[in-house]
Amino acid sequence: MTLDDKKRVLREMVLHRRFEERCYQAYIERKIGGFLHLYPGQEACCNGVMEAARPGHDYVITGYRDHVHAMKCGTDPKAVMAELYGKETGCSKGRGGSMHIFDVAHRFMGGYALVGGPFPLAAGIAKGIQLKGGDEIAICFLGDAANNQGVFHETLNMAKVWNLPVLFVCENNQYGIGTAIHRSTAVLDQYKRACGYNIEAAQCDGQDIDTVYEYAKTAVDYVRSGKGPYFLELMTYRYRGHSMSDSRGYRSRDEEEEWKKRDPINILRDRLIAAGELSMDEFTQIEKTTDDYIENEVIKFAEESPEPNVADLEKYVLA
Amino acid sequence: MAEMMYWEGLRRAHDEEMSRDPLVICMGEDIGVAGGTYKATKDLYEKYGEKRVMDTPISEGGYTGLGIGASFVGIRPIIEIMSVNFAWLAMDQMFNSAAKVRYMSGGQLTAPCVFRSAGGTAHQLGAQHSARMEKVFMGVAGLRVVTPSNPKQAYGLLKSAVRSDDPVFIYEHELMYNMKGEVPDEEYFHPLEGSEVTRSGTDVTLFGYNISVHWCLKAADILEKQYGISAEVVDLYSLAPLDRAGIKKSISKTHRAVIAEEDEAPVGVGSEIIAIINEECFFELDAAPVRVHSALVPQPYNHKLEMAAIPDHDDVVNAVLKLFGKA
Repeated sequence: MTLDDKKRVLREMVLHRRFEERCYQAYIERKIGGFLHLYPGQEACCNGVMEAARPGHDYVITGYRDHVHAMKCGTDPKAVMAELYGKETGCSKGRGGSMHIFDVAHRFMGGYALVGGPFPLAAGIAKGIQLKGGDEIAICFLGDAANNQGVFHETLNMAKVWNLPVLFVCENNQYGIGTAIHRSTAVLDQYKRACGYNIEAAQCDGQDIDTVYEYAKTAVDYVRSGKGPYFLELMTYRYRGHSMSDSRGYRSRDEEEEWKKRDPINILRDRLIAAGELSMDEFTQIEKTTDDYIENEVIKFAEESPEPNVADLEKYVLA
Repeated sequence: MAEMMYWEGLRRAHDEEMSRDPLVICMGEDIGVAGGTYKATKDLYEKYGEKRVMDTPISEGGYTGLGIGASFVGIRPIIEIMSVNFAWLAMDQMFNSAAKVRYMSGGQLTAPCVFRSAGGTAHQLGAQHSARMEKVFMGVAGLRVVTPSNPKQAYGLLKSAVRSDDPVFIYEHELMYNMKGEVPDEEYFHPLEGSEVTRSGTDVTLFGYNISVHWCLKAADILEKQYGISAEVVDLYSLAPLDRAGIKKSISKTHRAVIAEEDEAPVGVGSEIIAIINEECFFELDAAPVRVHSALVPQPYNHKLEMAAIPDHDDVVNAVLKLFGKA
């Protein structure tokens, strides 16, 4: 990444952080319903990987913590927020909600709410790429807990047997809903599990975007060159609970504060300041501009958009 | 019209569709090098190669999901699940991914894949290899369910399913792969919706699908010859959606209904058809509809017990005779 890239990515990560925090507020105000899974703390994972890949060209699929992944692929934040508001202008026309953001035009193939469900779908997309002969790759972002589902093992096996162009990104945020990884999982280093299927794998810090980018570059290049699947584990942390109904009683505030010392946005910000490429005032201005944009454009659009027509209830069930 | 077997009809549909469109593929356990448990993909591995005729590991949930994912980017996979009993392992992907993706993406993404699976009681296969599960599939929004009762339907329904932009589940029967029947020489696409009046009659309608169509036809013969009862046989080759208009039309003509299914009764095809009759044409009825179905037991191994668990044409005849107060 060039310095210009890093400055752009910093602005994007601030947008991703403030967007999610604004969602929190909208949920409290009951503007957003259902389940809401927020991304703060993990921004360097999605951003670092996608900077090494080709957003809008490579196919991306993920679980229910999906707002930021869609925006990184190119989805308009207004369409994501409108979806959360259940509006017809939402990227899934108000039929999906927070857990089912879709934007096929930008090759964001969706958020899915069955833990581990996207594993075989990602491999299938890669199979399609392989049959059609494109240079795209499929990227599957999921959490550490998804690796305890059967389809994780079935999919990794098939991906290797058929040498599919798929990159599995494991965002290891240490918790499966409210259960710590050491209480649920026999092998704590997730990348080691990929070795059971003879798949190239690596583990790195998920808080420092430069590190994520370097590891992701190796992974993306490997997959795109036709060598087969790759598994990349990123060590990260989600600041908020699993979803809005989670008060985080299963972990200590001390642990949270330790992780926040290595905040992905602060790491990048401080590095740019140290390099003389950014001042604290400029950063504060970025935050303010971002908040203004979210309030004056994103929220406004979601608020003012129409709801779906009830007469269209059964539209989209069958072709 | 050439006569061919049920499996040959399926094989011909695979071959024609794969020959026409390089994006049509098939996948499943032992379908390639081994030629397929029921020969529906015989010799296709040699013709189309391992990239398009995929021998999968024994991972039903995994490879079904993989096929669905491929369908998201324009591939048309025909996914064979060797026994419908194993489809339980793939239902998460069929229901949660394939059936719902079009709706929850607001129409952006479709899963145009075909799931083929064989079920039913064959010969002493026991509890975990004899199930019928069509009733589980037919209640899922976003999924089409069809079930061929003869080689022409086996051929034509698979052809139409491959071309459909919806996910289609095709329920086949393990005892029917060697059944012979006429299939058009020219390309033929069977409609995915509707029903067929296989035999016209005036006194009672026998509703069947898949193998139970044949019990109904045999029963109709016996009823006519031995009892002078004219039975109409309606083949419900589409279980989702069910043909409400076709059901209503036949009941409005005969005013009596017997529904024959190999599955157990609770929450089944029979109960659904009776509900439709109630909703569409209750006042056309001259008698309460009757279901003919399996006993509610895991399929037993012992042959006598196995036969006692499932119905046949005699049970259909007896049900009709009761309906007419003759038994």
